Amino acid sequence: MTATTTPLPQVAATAQQADYGRIVRDGLWDNNGVLAMLLGMCPSMAMTTSATNGLGMGLATAVVMTASSLLVAVFRRHITQQVRIPVYILIIAAMVTLVDLAMNAWMHELYKVLGLFIPLIVSNCLPLARLEAFAAKEPVLPSLVDGIAMGLGFALALTAIGAVREILGSGTLFADASLLLGPSFRFMELHLLPASSNVLMMILPPGGFLVTGLLVVGKRMVDLRAGKAIQMGGAHSAE
Amino acid sequence: MTAATGNRGVTRHALILGSFCLGFGVVLALTERLAAADIAARATEDRLASLAQVLPAGLYDNNPLQGTLAVRAADGSETTVYRARKGDTVTGLAYEIRGSGYAGEIRLMMGVDAQGRILGVRVLAHKETPGLGDKIEVKKGDWITRFTGLSLGAPPAERWKVRKDGGDFDQFTGATITPRGVVAAVHRGLAFFAANKDRLLTAASGEMKP
Repeated sequence: MTATTTPLPQVAATAQQADYGRIVRDGLWDNNGVLAMLLGMCPSMAMTTSATNGLGMGLATAVVMTASSLLVAVFRRHITQQVRIPVYILIIAAMVTLVDLAMNAWMHELYKVLGLFIPLIVSNCLPLARLEAFAAKEPVLPSLVDGIAMGLGFALALTAIGAVREILGSGTLFADASLLLGPSFRFMELHLLPASSNVLMMILPPGGFLVTGLLVVGKRMVDLRAGKAIQMGGAHSAE
Repeated sequence: MTAATGNRGVTRHALILGSFCLGFGVVLALTERLAAADIAARATEDRLASLAQVLPAGLYDNNPLQGTLAVRAADGSETTVYRARKGDTVTGLAYEIRGSGYAGEIRLMMGVDAQGRILGVRVLAHKETPGLGDKIEVKKGDWITRFTGLSLGAPPAERWKVRKDGGDFDQFTGATITPRGVVAAVHRGLAFFAANKDRLLTAASGEMKP
């Protein structure tokens, strides 16, 4: 082993106050996990056949991202460079299993709806990318905020993709939202288009690629118009 | 770098990784132990609820979770049969059936009355595509209620198929494999009833192992 042990980057942010507004803006829009970094494509396409599914997957992912960001930030000085990836994967997998067990036992109604999605979070590379790019280097509180913001940004993007695909493919919006959020959310369940005008392709896999691509373009057009520099795809802040 | 420090490095990394594994292993084991009773209770509730959906309430006065029968098929698989009884008469049976869907196994519960007519079929678990194949769930569509009242001879065996294959059952837009699997499973379930009818209906109360 050629151990030129790179010391963990001792973060500059410890000295200066973390810019929470920046972190939140990054997570929700500027550096959005799906629409800017193009990470987590598997769940973004597979689980977005309806807005409700997208929202459910997004929220479950946000919980796991928040918990794992917090843990990695807490232990960041104890995790060496060489074993960090297995430790991150271990933390994410443990969080997913904990959420899965806890929901099955104590939030069983919700589990019956979301249960399908939860194990899939392990295969999402967005939590891993954020641990590597942010939580590994930053103090606990900014990491917690980053986990929440990135998780919510992910949920937002998945809900948007799901909404477009559902409207065009099934003619409904937020169908079965009351199964996910409770009976008081039945008002969200809309029926917008007649069955005859449904474009089946939109709820099949090609629809996922098309809608995700169009939303990425849409986001960049908005950013261009606002005069922002375009952030190219890929986890640019990761190594 | 000397071999000694290199080894120490490896040992250190191994210790770090090992202690994280140990720590999270303990946390997971404790949570599992803490949750196990509740998870089992939820599973029993789900089972009772799914039995209640396929066995009409007026049909029985016993607890169908008690006095179940285990029937072993020729291929070695075992089916647990829940029996609805009124007094000493068996009025209905419920058992789990399995079909192969688009994304793996579909587990269903079906209820059959003493004459072999279907009382109801419900999906217990499946991995079908949300928005397409999951219309087999009663929450998301009434397709599955189509089976109620049917029996092995009605419709005839060659019509126990989805329309695309020349049968009587609708497929879903964009999903044919899922309903095809369910239709085949229900048909097999009826064949299971026919093959074991005498034993299932006449066996004395309590356990009966073949």
